[in-house]
Order: sequence, then structure tokens, then C-alpha cells
Amino acid sequence: MTTTVSPPAKSSRRRRSGNTDRGFNRVFRWIAVGAGATILAVLAAVALFLISEAWPAITASPEELAAGVPRYPEDTSLLAYLGPLVFGTVLAAVLALVLAVPVAMGIALFISHYAPRRLSQVLGALVDLLAAIPSVIYGLWGFFVLAPVLTPFWTWLNENLGWFPLWGGQVSPTGRSMATVGVVLAIMILPIITAVSREVFLQTPKLHEEAALALGATRWEVIRTAVLPFGRSGVISASMLGLGRALGETMAVLMILSPGFTYTLDILAAGQHQTIAAYIAADFPESTGLGVNTLIAAGLALFVITLAVNMTARWVVARRKDFSGAN
Amino acid sequence: MSVTTQNPGRGSSETARLLSTVDPGRRRTDRVMQVLIYIAFGLAMIPLGWLIFTVVAQGADRISLDFLFQSMRNIFGGDPRGGIYHAILGTVVITALATVISVPIGILTAIYLVEYGKGWLARSVTFFVDVMTGIPSIVAGLFAFSLFALIFGPAVRIGVMGAVALSVLMIPVVVRSCEEMLKLVPNELREASYALGVPKWLTIVKVVLRTSVAGLTTGVLLAIARVIGETAPLLVTVGVTDSINANAFDGRMMTLPVFAYRQYSQGNAPCPGGDTATCVSDIASQNAWGAALVLIAMVLALNLIGRLITRWFAPKLG
Repeated sequence: MTTTVSPPAKSSRRRRSGNTDRGFNRVFRWIAVGAGATILAVLAAVALFLISEAWPAITASPEELAAGVPRYPEDTSLLAYLGPLVFGTVLAAVLALVLAVPVAMGIALFISHYAPRRLSQVLGALVDLLAAIPSVIYGLWGFFVLAPVLTPFWTWLNENLGWFPLWGGQVSPTGRSMATVGVVLAIMILPIITAVSREVFLQTPKLHEEAALALGATRWEVIRTAVLPFGRSGVISASMLGLGRALGETMAVLMILSPGFTYTLDILAAGQHQTIAAYIAADFPESTGLGVNTLIAAGLALFVITLAVNMTARWVVARRKDFSGAN
Repeated sequence: MSVTTQNPGRGSSETARLLSTVDPGRRRTDRVMQVLIYIAFGLAMIPLGWLIFTVVAQGADRISLDFLFQSMRNIFGGDPRGGIYHAILGTVVITALATVISVPIGILTAIYLVEYGKGWLARSVTFFVDVMTGIPSIVAGLFAFSLFALIFGPAVRIGVMGAVALSVLMIPVVVRSCEEMLKLVPNELREASYALGVPKWLTIVKVVLRTSVAGLTTGVLLAIARVIGETAPLLVTVGVTDSINANAFDGRMMTLPVFAYRQYSQGNAPCPGGDTATCVSDIASQNAWGAALVLIAMVLALNLIGRLITRWFAPKLG
């Protein structure tokens, strides 16, 4: 301490001239820093509380789980029990992603390079509205309206292209299958993929585009040679963000899908798949004791999967920001 | 130079022709891709229009004063009376509480990131705010449940649990949009204020926040619109009830999205002797569509007001 003490006259003069971090200034700064730290604390708290509530299920033996959790099969470890759920979650998300990414890239290109400048903001806001619609309404619409409309198409796919692994099996007569869920999830994740890809496409250096135009490229050739290579990592991370959304979507899956616990690729059949989020929402209200712990363990698995996907995506975006010459 | 100018008339018209006609194959690819990109945009608009049309067409018949101002207490089976007042009230109370929790934290974090943010803390806050936007809503609900279950025991279902779950989803959205708005405030304004000897905290409160208040309001409204329709976290934290409960600290509450889901999952009611004035077999799905219409109207109104505020009240910058 004694070494840091400086002559009083000198220190007071320095404080008058340069150091403004005192009084309420300091208080306000600490409030702001505290708010920032709260964010980190909340995220840590989410992980900690989930682990603490999931712990009884993680440490329980298969016999205890079979006794304490309704409809729990005998002699199954927790991992084997959650396996089909993880499979269903990933299957739904991947289906949604395959359907959504080409369309989202088209929309992003339309807004960034094809639509009239003045309209592009309005059109972007229209696409964002798709994200604002509550998921329970997607569920209602998917169940009452979309599933009956899609059923003849799924039947046709099954009859004519049934040799393809995804389209085999017994077609669900109500359309409450993974295929319909994939379509609805694709619509729901369109806006996030579009928004991120649009930003990246708009950042393409104007000089690259103009150089391509000067060489006589058509509009599509400009996009293919200048815009897409520049935006590739952006599109990849946008897709991963969409994947994260699709993995965690609850209500649309819960309301449309007729659930089952198998590892099968027959996405047109009913009663084959279930996702983690929908499983939790369906069983939580009736669960007690170890059943709740098992559901929270499933939630923890979902949290870890989405966290990994999102962190990778954000990391790719951040890395791109550092090294691209566009900023 | 001399070679190209030997025959100016023929040469330049030939060159002009070669330069202006595109190779048919390339032109075709260009056209095809243009059509495909227009179709992609159309594909996104179909579900939007179709969905809004369906909700309005199915829900409009159910909307009446009784439906808006009565609860579902003592309404069973195919009874066509009752309404969604308890659900509207619950949604408003829980969302308001979530807003009260998230807005101060969100705006202060945005201030931290824009005005003070340096070093590893600012970098990790930015990164984890982005990561937090991707937390599945059901996980946020389970978090709130775990938190309150440790304190009050596992059977607890109160409105404030739902508000906490919604805050986890809302805070990152508020931070993101407010950060963008604060960045738009020109540095000249801050410097002018410092030059007058105003301390930094007063500059932030009186200059930066005052300048960006329209944008901040928009950001908050859009964040509210984002969480007002969340169903899954409320399903696991707030529970369901048929009665009116305005106290978020005691007892279960009903919310609009959960109400729509519960009515949907009830299915058709048995009506012996067909539909009559006291028994309508598909009343549950009618209720669900009615609640969906009210909900979508709230969300669209919040979006519209939010965007109009920026347009009307944004200060002229630059």
C-alpha cells in the first residue's frame, strides 16, 4: 500500500485535470457493468439449475427410473431412453433446414440484389413478420389446415417414389407426420436464416460486384462469382442459427406430430418420432418426482445441443467479421 | 490504336453488337435464376398470407364482447358460453412483469456495451447475448421451474415464474436492438456534451438516451411482441386455470397461447342430438381460433406501433 501513495498535492491536481471516474460517474459505470455481468450470470444460472434438477435422474439406476417414471421401459439407461428423442429432434431440424436454406437464400438475394431499393426494407419486414407469429398459431394452422392439404402429396410421394428411404413405410392418413412438421419448421426458421444471409450479402464489396459487371457478367454471374463466395461463411452460420431454432421449437411439433419412440427414417409415417422439446411439453404437466427430473435431464440435453450449435454459428460469424475486408 | 481505328464504321458496330448480345446460354441461366429467386420470395409470402387469412376467417365468428370479457369458469363440454378474459389478463400481467424485469437489465447492458464496453468482459457479453437468443423457449421454462422449485418446492405454479422464464428469452432481444439504437447516436453529440463539462453519466441519461428514446421504444415493443406468444415456457411454469387471477405471486394463471393450446387439445365435445344453442361440438377449436386471432392481433399491433414510432419520432440525424 505504502508504495502506491503519491504526494497529495500532485494527486489532487491530476484528479482535477484528468480523472473523471468519481462520484455518481463511478456508481453509474458499476451499474452498467453489473447489468452486463448479470447476462453472464443468468446463462450460468440456467446451466447450473438445470444440472442440479436433472442430477437425480442422471445418477438414478435403470431400475429406479423404471419405477419412478411413467411409461419408462425396463432395463434401459437414461442415455438409451433419450436416444430416440435426440434422433427425432435432429431429424426434424435437419429436414427443416434442407427445405428452408435454398428458399431463404433466394429471399435474401431477392431483397439484397433483385428487389427495388425502396421496397427492400418493407419486404424484409414482411419476411420478419413470419418470425413474429406465435408458434402455437403455427401449430393450429399446421394441424387444421396444412396437414390435410399436404396428405395427398405425401401419399403420391409414397406411391411413386417409395423406393427413396425417406418416403417408405405406411403414410399417415392425417398428415401428422415428421414430413409435415419439417415443412412447418422450415417456414418458422426462414426469417432468421434470411435476415443473417441478407446482412452478409449486402456487405459484399461494391468493387467486386462492379468488377464482375465490367467484365460483362450477367446479374446471376455477379452473384455466383462475387456475392456467394463472399457470403459463404455467413450463409453457413445463418443455417446453423436456423438449425438451433428448429432444434428447440416446441409447440408446432407438439401439436402436429403424432409421437413415437423409434429410430426410423420413414418421415411420412405417423407415430414414429418425437422431439425433446415436444416430449417435455407433453409430459411435464402430469409428471412428479423422478419423472420431472428425467424431463429436465432431457431439457439439459437439448440445452447442450443448441448451445453447441449456436456457439459454433456465432463463432463462425465473429471470425468472419475479423478477417473480411468489408468492414 | 491505328489497327482498331482503320475501319471505324464497320468495326465499332460489330464490336457494339458483340458487346451487347449475351451468349444465349448465359442469358438463359440468368433468367432462370431470376425467376427462381422471385419464386423463393413468393414461397415465403404464401404461408404468411394463408396463415393470417385462416386465423381471421376461423376466429372472427367467435369474437364477441362476451368472449372477450368472460372467463371459462364453470364452462364444461360443448357449452358455447365463456371467454378468454382470464387468458388476456394473464398474458398482459405476465408479459408486463417480464418487461419490468428485462428492460432495465437489457438497456443497461446495451449502455455498458456501447459506452463502456472494453476488454474480455464486453467481448464475452456480446458473444453470450447472441448465444442466449438461441436458447430454446422450453429450456427457459425449465430453468424458471428449477429455480422456483428449489425455493418453494416442486408443486409451485405462479405467474412470476412465467415472467422469469420470458425474461430469459427477452433480455437478449432487448440488448441486441437497444445496442443498435445507441450506436446510431452520433459521437458529436456526446463530445459536445463533454465539452460543456457534463459528466459522463448525465451525458448518457440526458443526451444519448434522450436521442435514441424512439428507437429504444421500438426495440422494447418488438421484444414484447416476440415473447407475448410464447407457449411452452408458460405451460411448464404458470400452469392452467379457468378462473380470473390477476395476482402473479399467488396461484396459477391462464395465458392466451396456453389457452389456445388447451382448447385445441380438448378435441370435439360430445353433443347428443347434434348442435344446439347450448351445445356446440367443435366449440373448443372455435375457442382456440378466437384466442389465436386476439393473440395475432396483439402481436401485429405491437409490430406496427413499434415500426411507426421509429418512423415518426426518430430524430433527424446526420
